[in-house]
Amino acid sequence: MPQEKNVAIKKITEQEYKYGFETHIESEQAPCGLNEDIIRFISKKKKEPLFLLEWRLKAYRHWLKMEEPTWQHVKYAPIDYQKIIYYSAPKPKKELKSLDEVDPELRSMFQKLGISLDEQKRFSGVAVDAVLDSVSVATTFKKKLKELGIIFCSFSEAVREHPHLIEEYLGCVVPYTDNYFATLNSAVFSDGSFCYIPKGVRCPMELSTYFRINAANTGQFERTLIIAEEGSYVSYLEGCTAPMRDENQLHAAVVELLAKDNAEIKYATVQNWYPGDKEGKGGIYNFVTKRGKCAGKNSKISWTQVETGSAITWKYPSCILKGDNSVGEFYSVALTNNYQQADTGTKMIHIGKNTRSTIISKGIAAGHGQNTYRGLVKIQKGADRAQNYSQCDSLLLGSQCGAHTFPYIESKNKTARVEHEATTSKIRDDQLFYCRQRGMSEEDAVSLIVNGFCKEVFRKLPMEFAVEAQKLLDVSLEGAVG
Amino acid sequence: MLVIKNLHAKVGGKEILKGIHLELKKGEVHALMGPNGSGKSTLANVLSGREDYEVTQGEVLYEGKSLLHMAPEERACKGVFQSFQYPVEIPGVSVTNFLKTAVNSIKKYRGESEIDALDFLKLMKEKMKLLQMDEVFMSRSLNVGFSGGEKKRNEIFQMAMLEPKLSILDETDSGLDIDAIKIVSQGVNSLRGPHTSFLVITHYQRLLNYIVPDKVHVLSDGKIIRSGGKDLALLLEEKGYDGVG
Repeated sequence: MPQEKNVAIKKITEQEYKYGFETHIESEQAPCGLNEDIIRFISKKKKEPLFLLEWRLKAYRHWLKMEEPTWQHVKYAPIDYQKIIYYSAPKPKKELKSLDEVDPELRSMFQKLGISLDEQKRFSGVAVDAVLDSVSVATTFKKKLKELGIIFCSFSEAVREHPHLIEEYLGCVVPYTDNYFATLNSAVFSDGSFCYIPKGVRCPMELSTYFRINAANTGQFERTLIIAEEGSYVSYLEGCTAPMRDENQLHAAVVELLAKDNAEIKYATVQNWYPGDKEGKGGIYNFVTKRGKCAGKNSKISWTQVETGSAITWKYPSCILKGDNSVGEFYSVALTNNYQQADTGTKMIHIGKNTRSTIISKGIAAGHGQNTYRGLVKIQKGADRAQNYSQCDSLLLGSQCGAHTFPYIESKNKTARVEHEATTSKIRDDQLFYCRQRGMSEEDAVSLIVNGFCKEVFRKLPMEFAVEAQKLLDVSLEGAVG
Repeated sequence: MLVIKNLHAKVGGKEILKGIHLELKKGEVHALMGPNGSGKSTLANVLSGREDYEVTQGEVLYEGKSLLHMAPEERACKGVFQSFQYPVEIPGVSVTNFLKTAVNSIKKYRGESEIDALDFLKLMKEKMKLLQMDEVFMSRSLNVGFSGGEKKRNEIFQMAMLEPKLSILDETDSGLDIDAIKIVSQGVNSLRGPHTSFLVITHYQRLLNYIVPDKVHVLSDGKIIRSGGKDLALLLEEKGYDGVG
C-alpha cells in the first residue's frame, strides 16, 4: 500500500475520543468488592421485595461456582472482581416533578452528548428514559404511553410498581445460571429499563434509552426486560456513550426480550463506549448477554446493532425461535480501531416449524483492531422447513488489523435450509482514487466507502438513529463514514 | 488551459512516457490516438494524479499553475475531470449519494455553500435526461452490476454534473454500440464551450465523427509522433498507425 494512503488512514483512525469528559455528581456508592453483604446492601438501597433479594443471592452463589469463559477471540488482563464498586447512584436531591428540576450539571452533560431531554423530543416522537450510572433520572412521555397501557420505566420502578410482572418474567429468557457474566449481573444488577406492551397494542413511538457510565471504578450492571404481549409491537432504541477513563471498566448487561403470539419487537443499539486510547490503554469491557425469545407463533424479534465503542465487545444478541412461523433477525455493524477487540455475532435457535432467521453482519477493522464474527445457527429436530440466511462481510482498513469469522451450523432436521455467505475485502486504491478524482478528500472517500459497506444494516435502523450511527462511524474513523 | 512540456513518466520502473509536448487551449477539443501500449492511458492517469505513476522529467501547467504538485482531489476541485476506462464499483454507495458528496466537496473547496437537496435532484434529472439514463440509476450502487455501456454513460453523466473545465476522456467509446456513442457524444458536445477543453483518448476514428476535434495527435511509444487537424484521424483509419509515422 502506498505510504500516502497509510498516513491518511492513520490520521483518520487516530482521532481522539470525542465524548471524553466527566461530570461531578455526588455518588452514593457501595464499598469496593463483592460478597453477600454487598448484594444485601444493593437490594436494601433499592427497597426490593424479598423474592428479588433471594434471586440475587441464588445467582451469586451459583456465580461463585462458575469460571470466567476463555473461548472468545479477545485478550485482556484478568479482572479483579473484588476491586469493583457494584453500586453507585447519584444522590436524590428531591422528587423531580419536571425536567427543570434535573441537576443542571447532569443536563449539561446530556447536552454535550446531544441528548435532548426536553420537549423537542415530543415532536420527534422519541420518549427518553435516561439512565445515569445505574439510576434513572428522568422519564418522559409516560403519560401518553400510560393511556395505552404501556409500561416504560426504570427497572427499579418496575420492581416497586409492578413486582408481579418482574417476578413472573425476570430470567425467563436469560436464567440466572446462564453464563458467567449474566449470572454476575443477576446478582448485582443496579438498574435498567422495563417495558411492557399489552395485548394488541402497537407502541406509537420509538422507545429510547440512553445509558452512560459515569463514576470511576463503577461496574455497570444494567438489566433490561421487554415483554410484548399477543399481537403487540414495539421498537426500542438503546444508545450509549461514556466519558474517558484510564482504568478498564467492566460492563456486564443483560437484555431479555419476550414476544408472544403475533408480537414483534425491534431492538436497536448504538454503542459508543470509551474504546481506550491509541495505545489500547483504558476502555470499557463490554460483556453483554442479549437474548430474545419468540415464544408465540408468528412472532418476530429483530436485533440491529452498531458497535463502535468499548475496548472489548463480547456480545451475541440471539433469538430463540420457539413459536411456529416465528422470525429472528440480526443486523450488525461492528467497528474496531486502534487496539479494540470485538467478538460478536448471534445465535439463532430454531425450535418451531417454519421458523426463519436472517443474519447480516458487517465487521470493519482498522488500526490494530481485531474483529470477530461468531455465530451459531441451530436447527432442532422439530423445526421442519426452518430457514436461515447468513451473510458475514469484513472490511479491512490498513494491514495491521484482523477479521475472523466463526460460523457454527448445527442442523438436526433434513427439511431445513441454511445458507451462509462470507466475504473479506479491503478498501482498494482504485476506489479511493476514483473518489478523489471526483473531488473528495481521502477521509471523505473512506467514509463514503465504509458507509456503503454498512448500508444494508443502517437501513434497518429508525431514520434518526441511522443518521446518528453514520455520525458515529464518522467519529470513530474520524470524519470517516458520513 | 493545459501545457505539457517534455513529460517523462515511469510505471513500475518502466518508462512509458518519453517526452510529451502538448498544448490544449481553452475551448479546444483534442483527440489523442495511438496503438495499445503507446502511453495514452498513462498520460491520462498522470494528469489526474494517480499514484504509482512516477514523473521523472518535464512539467505540466494547468491554468498557468504546476499541476503535478497538486493532490488528485485538488486537481478535481480546480476543474480536472477524468472519465475512466474502467470505472470502479463502490457497493452500497448510490449514484446520488456519490455525486452529492463529490459536488459538495468541490463546492466546499471553492468556498461555496452546499447544494440544496431539491436543486441537486433537479440537476440530476436534467442531466440524466441528456444522457438518456433511466432515473432508477439514481438509487443504484455506483457501477455495481452496470453493463459496460452503462458505466461509460455514467462517467459522462458525472462529467455533466460536475461541469469541469478540462475533461480527459479515456477510451470512453470502447465497448459502446453506435447508439450509445451518439448519446455519449451528445453529452460531451453539450458541454463544449469557450471555457471548456477536452482531451479525447480513443482507438477509433468513428467517435470523432460525433465529437469533432480541433486537433488530433498520434502517440507512439511514449511520444507524439504527429499532430494535425481532424483529417489526420481519417488518414489514420485508412493507413494505420504505421502509415502516419
